[in-house]
Amino acid sequence: MNAIDKRDRRDRYAAGVMKYQDMGYWQPDYVPKDTDVIAVFRITPQDGVDPIEAAAAVAGESSTATWTVVWTDRLTACDKYRAKAHRVEPVPGSPESWFAYIAYDIDLFEPGSIANLTASIIGNVFGFKPLKALRLEDMRLPVAYVKTFDGPPTGIVVERERLDKFGRPLLGATVKPKLGLSGRNYGRVVYEALKGGLDFTKDDENINSQPFMHWRDRFLYCMEAVNRAQAVTGEVKGTYLNVTAATMEDMYERAEFAKSIGSCIVMIDLVIGYTAIQSMSKWARRNDMVLHLHRAGHSTYTRQKSHGVSFRVIAKWMRLAGVDHIHAGTVVGKLEGDPATTKGYYDICREDFLPQRLENGIFFDQSFASLRKTMPVASGGIHAGQMHQLLDLFGDDVVLQFGGGTIGHPMGIQAGATANRVALEAMVLARNEGRDIVNEGPDILAAASRHCTPLRQALDVWKDVTFNYTSTDAPDFVPTASVAG
Amino acid sequence: MRLTQGTFSFLPDLTDEQITAQVQYCIDQGWAVNIEFTDDPHPRNTYWDMWGLPMFDIRDAAGVMGELASCRKIYGDRYIRISGFDASHGWESVRLSFIVNRPANEPGFALERQESDGRRILYSTRAYAAQLPEGERYS
Repeated sequence: MNAIDKRDRRDRYAAGVMKYQDMGYWQPDYVPKDTDVIAVFRITPQDGVDPIEAAAAVAGESSTATWTVVWTDRLTACDKYRAKAHRVEPVPGSPESWFAYIAYDIDLFEPGSIANLTASIIGNVFGFKPLKALRLEDMRLPVAYVKTFDGPPTGIVVERERLDKFGRPLLGATVKPKLGLSGRNYGRVVYEALKGGLDFTKDDENINSQPFMHWRDRFLYCMEAVNRAQAVTGEVKGTYLNVTAATMEDMYERAEFAKSIGSCIVMIDLVIGYTAIQSMSKWARRNDMVLHLHRAGHSTYTRQKSHGVSFRVIAKWMRLAGVDHIHAGTVVGKLEGDPATTKGYYDICREDFLPQRLENGIFFDQSFASLRKTMPVASGGIHAGQMHQLLDLFGDDVVLQFGGGTIGHPMGIQAGATANRVALEAMVLARNEGRDIVNEGPDILAAASRHCTPLRQALDVWKDVTFNYTSTDAPDFVPTASVAG
Repeated sequence: MRLTQGTFSFLPDLTDEQITAQVQYCIDQGWAVNIEFTDDPHPRNTYWDMWGLPMFDIRDAAGVMGELASCRKIYGDRYIRISGFDASHGWESVRLSFIVNRPANEPGFALERQESDGRRILYSTRAYAAQLPEGERYS
């Protein structure tokens, strides 16, 4: 069945150093079980290191192995616990790198713990000397493991039901300037934006409790703004109150306060860590709260193709950990995002079953086993003039977040919000009527601006603003008929 | 004020031709079409009154438009909305919802504040129209 069975066990467990592939971490004829966790890594071995040995080393170091043979393996069912590298293939167009597929038995992982899963898969191995670089590209999480997680506390459908908003993307804005406003002035921005037509406003990732604005002050003024805007429009409104803080105790205190003053949503930053995220998810579930996650810090390890963790993996972990919103890129905005790759992230958030799509960076079929769906958020450098592209790329279930594109409007925040809302509704109406919005988009916007001066002004100011740079992270796999895993 | 619930409230009121196109879109997606009306526009008023059952098996938007015309004849002074309901697994909820009729005059909402401890305020939103009994609010 595998290499180890064919060897004399006495030789295998003799003291000393042995190649990882000879220790049983390379099993080319291994067929992963339905319950296995499978990871695909992009490995770049040091010069002269055999890619198969490198793959076996990654399997070893991310499961049971250490650098030398240990006799205590023989006190365990070590064949089961050993991760198995079972497939290594060259990365197209990248002669130094290889895709290595590694299968892990489900018993290696604590149920319902992202911290435990990641401590194995990305724990030690990324600093391993025989590798120049290592990237976790994707993971297949078996249904048996997915079902040990609670997933999003609210999910896309229930969030829409609570907000009574259907059939179009939600609109948001991040309050700017991101630092320095007092609570009273901050609430003014929230009120204007919500009254003008946005559904949500948002604290930025680094707004917590600073000398210029303490968190309680911000929360109180924001809720005044939310309630005023609700009364003026007759619509449900919300503002993501960032409860990120130094300790769990502080975060719980802030979240409880947000609840007590009637907020429907709170937010956290990715930098609080996986365990804190899961704790806040459980809190949100107990308290009927929508949980927004800002992916602060992710680009430190997601952006480079050669090393780190792909955002598609982070997105999977976060859907399991249980967040209702996650920033997932804009394609057309100011931050990194190749269209094909970004589509993969959105699908991870929103689909119940995701088939392998190599052109989108999705290496495996992945079932989410009816876990609720996470609403992706497109934020950073987008404006009303791109509405046709945004709707075409992302569909309805997304929060389009226009910060500068609302607050920077020449006639003020309320006008900026109205411009975005009118542009959006006009585009959805046209799409539903069967029009080709990608090509007719500018005409549809121009027609809508005839009954909406703020939209006309927005189109005039931002019509030529684009961010056309080459993406650093794009899928390298050419679609083929081969079956991964 | 103008109540901005629903998907297209920031656009000029839809013409019947535009409404027909949206209804046909819902039907083409396989969604049931529902007509509801109310004279209580509170943002948390989830259950508007149904004009009959959701139309699950309808093929042509003209049938819905006929129902809408009948509904308007009786409740033309109230809010009427059309929604598309998707019964497929993983959604099983509304997919699109938009207002197709509104009262001539929309007086809006009062925001009431009840001061509480530690600067906390308990807010409640009250529709001016809803002070009168149902059926007398917009006539």
